[in-house]
Amino acid sequence: MNKRLDMCSDLSVLDRSPEGPLFTSVDDVSARLAETGYLAAPAVATTVFLADRLGKPLLVEGPAGVGKTELAKAVAQVAGARLVRLQCYEGVDESRALYEWNHAKQLLRISAGRDETWDETRTDIFSEEFLLPRPLLTAIRGDEPTVLLIDETDKADVEVEGLLLEVLSDFQVTVPELGTITASRRPFVVLTSNATRELSEALRRRCLFLHLGFPDEELERRIVRLKVPGLDTALTESVVRVVAALRAMDLRKVPSVAETIDWARTLLALGATTLDETVVRDSLGVILKHQDDILKAGAKLDLDAV
Amino acid sequence: MSGDAAERLTGFVAALRAHGVRIGTGETVDAAEAVAALGFADRGLLREGLAATLLHTPDQRRLFDTVFDLYFPYGVGAPAGDPGDRDSLRDRLADALAAGDRALLGQLAIEAVDGLGGYGSSPGADGWSSYQTLDRLRPQTLLARVRDEMRRQGGGSGFAGRLLEDEIRRRIEEFRGLVAAEARRRVAERRGRDEIARRAVAPTADRVDFLYAGRDRLAELRRTVQPLARKLATRLAARRRRATRGTIDLRRTLRGSLSTGGVPMRPVLRRRRPARPELVLLCDVSGSVSGFSDFTMLLVQALHDQFSKVRVFAFVNRIDEVTGLLEHGRADPEGLGSRIRAEARLTGYHGSSDYGVALGEFAQRYGAAVGPRTTVFVLGDARTNMSDPNLAALREISARARRLYWLNPEPRPLWGTGDSAAPEYAGLVAMHECRNAHQLGALVGRLLPI
Repeated sequence: MNKRLDMCSDLSVLDRSPEGPLFTSVDDVSARLAETGYLAAPAVATTVFLADRLGKPLLVEGPAGVGKTELAKAVAQVAGARLVRLQCYEGVDESRALYEWNHAKQLLRISAGRDETWDETRTDIFSEEFLLPRPLLTAIRGDEPTVLLIDETDKADVEVEGLLLEVLSDFQVTVPELGTITASRRPFVVLTSNATRELSEALRRRCLFLHLGFPDEELERRIVRLKVPGLDTALTESVVRVVAALRAMDLRKVPSVAETIDWARTLLALGATTLDETVVRDSLGVILKHQDDILKAGAKLDLDAV
Repeated sequence: MSGDAAERLTGFVAALRAHGVRIGTGETVDAAEAVAALGFADRGLLREGLAATLLHTPDQRRLFDTVFDLYFPYGVGAPAGDPGDRDSLRDRLADALAAGDRALLGQLAIEAVDGLGGYGSSPGADGWSSYQTLDRLRPQTLLARVRDEMRRQGGGSGFAGRLLEDEIRRRIEEFRGLVAAEARRRVAERRGRDEIARRAVAPTADRVDFLYAGRDRLAELRRTVQPLARKLATRLAARRRRATRGTIDLRRTLRGSLSTGGVPMRPVLRRRRPARPELVLLCDVSGSVSGFSDFTMLLVQALHDQFSKVRVFAFVNRIDEVTGLLEHGRADPEGLGSRIRAEARLTGYHGSSDYGVALGEFAQRYGAAVGPRTTVFVLGDARTNMSDPNLAALREISARARRLYWLNPEPRPLWGTGDSAAPEYAGLVAMHECRNAHQLGALVGRLLPI
């Protein structure tokens, strides 16, 4: 029994990170994220700054390929923190997200200690040695700075959201056999979602909300220049303008930043120096993923006139 | 935080709540903490900080921005200096559009409202109107001039040059938005923030009544069809999964218990036989209701992979099948309504809607489309222009179908007024009020067969 009590008292409650906030100002956020190669729009930098200051989780929602996951990775790099990632999918459950008892090891332990009393054995097999921590528990228990990334939260079932509530509001996990484990150092939490499903109100209330949309043309030019440095400036400009025009159209899947970068890389590999009909028609498949969309875009850009 | 700032913040929150944004006290406190951390120095940062703490979904953002501009304006009163006359404003606007200079466009919007938007007789003005400003300034007529100017500077050369006109159009649209925001700010100074925030701010797109939505609001709604369909599909899948819970499959449970020594640790539930729900839509596409039926048709089409068969019929006073017109790829959502009216035979001797005749014709000609697996939705306001509602036909369709629902875009208090036969029909089948996209999403998620 002693062991159990010791453990609970060890895990003392510490509010907010003792080392002080990660960032000093919003500009500081932009500058340091830029050093890692993540160019953040003002809205992104402000929200990251606030998430750090207020000690609240950050819920990032937006279309695929605008850099939601990259944001978490960049913050981890800036903060010199360990990145703990929980990838959500349909059917993810407590034993995948939170913790699990190592049954096999427990059985071994029981059969190894034959001359003990039952009470001793029982106390021992529900101690930390037999606990397998999963991402949420790992993120809470560490003493070093941690960024917890809960990826594609909308893919998980509704029940998992209930599981997250305790972790996100109080940064603690309750293991019935051990007691409540509270974070000694609050992790910086990022949740991402593609909005395929409405997340529950309770979860949203506990988070700061950031809608990460497509960047404006100026920012996108800078992103392309950073990621594909070899591309000609005028060509970069044209690429970004064409992508912006495609986004204004009513397509099934509008190209996102990842596709812009792919297209720029393709053009670089093709050795194109300017955009013309042939080049665009041949490489349109890189940015548009549906045949309907390609036909529609072709009509809009007058490609079939040739 | 000073009392004044706190009062401003709570007033702002109250205005958002009045428009249906759900904000709790905890979030208001978060917002105050954000304000304390960010300060009032940079308005852009303040806007993003408040949005991060107060909002939970992206579709509220437009509403938020409008209300924010009223409660945290960039300044008070009229701009300094002489606004200049219309022609000089137009010249400067053309230059700003060509350069794509956002800050300058904002400045010009302020001057334009001050110089051209005032009306009334008292010194200064009684009010400011964005409509009047834009009507006098006519920014849309600058398109050709700006295009030629940009071509001359070489901005329009090369492949991307063919996008030039669309880009300029978008900039002009942006300018119109700036003018509207500025006019609201000036009016709010005179007539009180709270009143303007309550009255002059448009609700989010999914809460606009279908019957009164304008063209641009309908276009905005159409863009929400795909995301909404995706959400509904997930909700349907979840309902299907839940529906498999129930009876225990004894054979598979016993088979599974062999590994635990014959003790059935994990009960296996019987799989439901995959039902193949069929859907039939009867849509009134006449005049006022068409916005509603167009939207619903697109939504159902986007959900088509959830059903074994979807058939769509349109009517005014005659009925015709339009399933083919809705096929994916072919369906250009914008022109859908006009294409249906052009290609399908919907009217007989006159052009006003007649539910009795249309329902009768459906029962007679397409009766075979409805079977015991079919769920039928009737979309319309049940205004029969005083003719016979033909209850027998509806009763016949309803008896043959698995379920029949009627979605009525009119507010419930109006049912039965004038030529509406809604109460008669509602006595036979389940009729639901469905005024906006929000209600439609909730109803479709609940009523669709699984």
